[in-house]
Amino acid sequence: MRAAQEGDRRAYERLLREIMPFVRSLSRRRCHNPSDVEEAVQDTLLTVHRVRHTYDPDRPFAAWLAAIGARRAIDVMRRRQRVSKYETADPDLVETFSDAAANNDLKAMHSAEAVTNLLRQLPARQREAIEKLKLQEMRLAQAAQASGQSVGALKVNAHRALKALRALMQVRGKS
Amino acid sequence: MQTEQLIEELVSGLQPVRRLRPPWLRALRWLAAVAVLIALALLGFANWALVMQRMAVPRIALECAAAGLTGLTAVFAAFMCSVPGRSPRWAALPLPAFSLWLAVSGLGCLHNGWSLHGPNGFIGDSSHCFGFIVGVSVPLSIGLFAALRRARPIALLPVAALGTLGVAALADFILEFFHPFDVTVIDLALHLAGIAVVMGIGIALRRPILAAG
Repeated sequence: MRAAQEGDRRAYERLLREIMPFVRSLSRRRCHNPSDVEEAVQDTLLTVHRVRHTYDPDRPFAAWLAAIGARRAIDVMRRRQRVSKYETADPDLVETFSDAAANNDLKAMHSAEAVTNLLRQLPARQREAIEKLKLQEMRLAQAAQASGQSVGALKVNAHRALKALRALMQVRGKS
Repeated sequence: MQTEQLIEELVSGLQPVRRLRPPWLRALRWLAAVAVLIALALLGFANWALVMQRMAVPRIALECAAAGLTGLTAVFAAFMCSVPGRSPRWAALPLPAFSLWLAVSGLGCLHNGWSLHGPNGFIGDSSHCFGFIVGVSVPLSIGLFAALRRARPIALLPVAALGTLGVAALADFILEFFHPFDVTVIDLALHLAGIAVVMGIGIALRRPILAAG
């Protein structure tokens, strides 16, 4: 980690690969769903990257990493509970609009300006998630770094944004 | 998104970073800077004849010392908790001083016959205490949060709670030098309300202030 703090990419890559089993086992202690485990692992890696300047080489690395891993696993579980409490998963929504009328409305708009106006009505975090992931076609990790949101938060915000857009477009179609 | 792919992206984007100094050292530096500001303010504005008269009473001197110690330990604990890997038990550091401060203040209320009235009426001059604690805590909190966010804390709640408890207790410590009357129940309640408001604001704003950047 000391070498990684100084910018040694080879040492950093070795470190990230070596800590994976430990991080995964930390995540499994709190998360039971495999996708949650993977989300917690990815959030932990992103946090390690973000706060690597806080590691003190004179102190144990495992304690530093365990604190980050435990916190990120708790965050994933809290997010999962929040989402399952208030939202129902709709896999079709991510791919396209399941409501045929909504699709027709989208086609009928034919105007980037109209879409931009709809995006403006979204909360900032949701708009950012859609812009980075869907419009700029950034990868999740890239978008997470660019926006400062975690991978999990980006996924949730993108999902919510699509849901909100669908509702806005239906309202627009009716009016 | 595969984890393998994420590792490749993180490695390719790696830049050297400047290591953060140990949290105890950063805490001491921040406290030293604030101590200088407080000393200048007290030398310039405090009524020292009144201060010496009040501090001659051991209970009041102990109350003042306990408030100051609560501020010092809470700020120190906030810095310690802001860095991953430090024991979460640091969060309990201000508890003894805070308990002592509450106990001695309670003793003051008892000494004054549990009077609900402060000077000049039910709330009277005690409302100034509330305003003073909140007013002094806000700029101190801004300075403290600016220092704490450099560590990009991952556990925001204890850091925000300890930090705001620290600055509010320091504000209460400063207030002791301008407090012309002894503590009453309503006065103590307004001091605690001031601390609670400062902590509530800090905790509510912890995410945009501490997590960003």
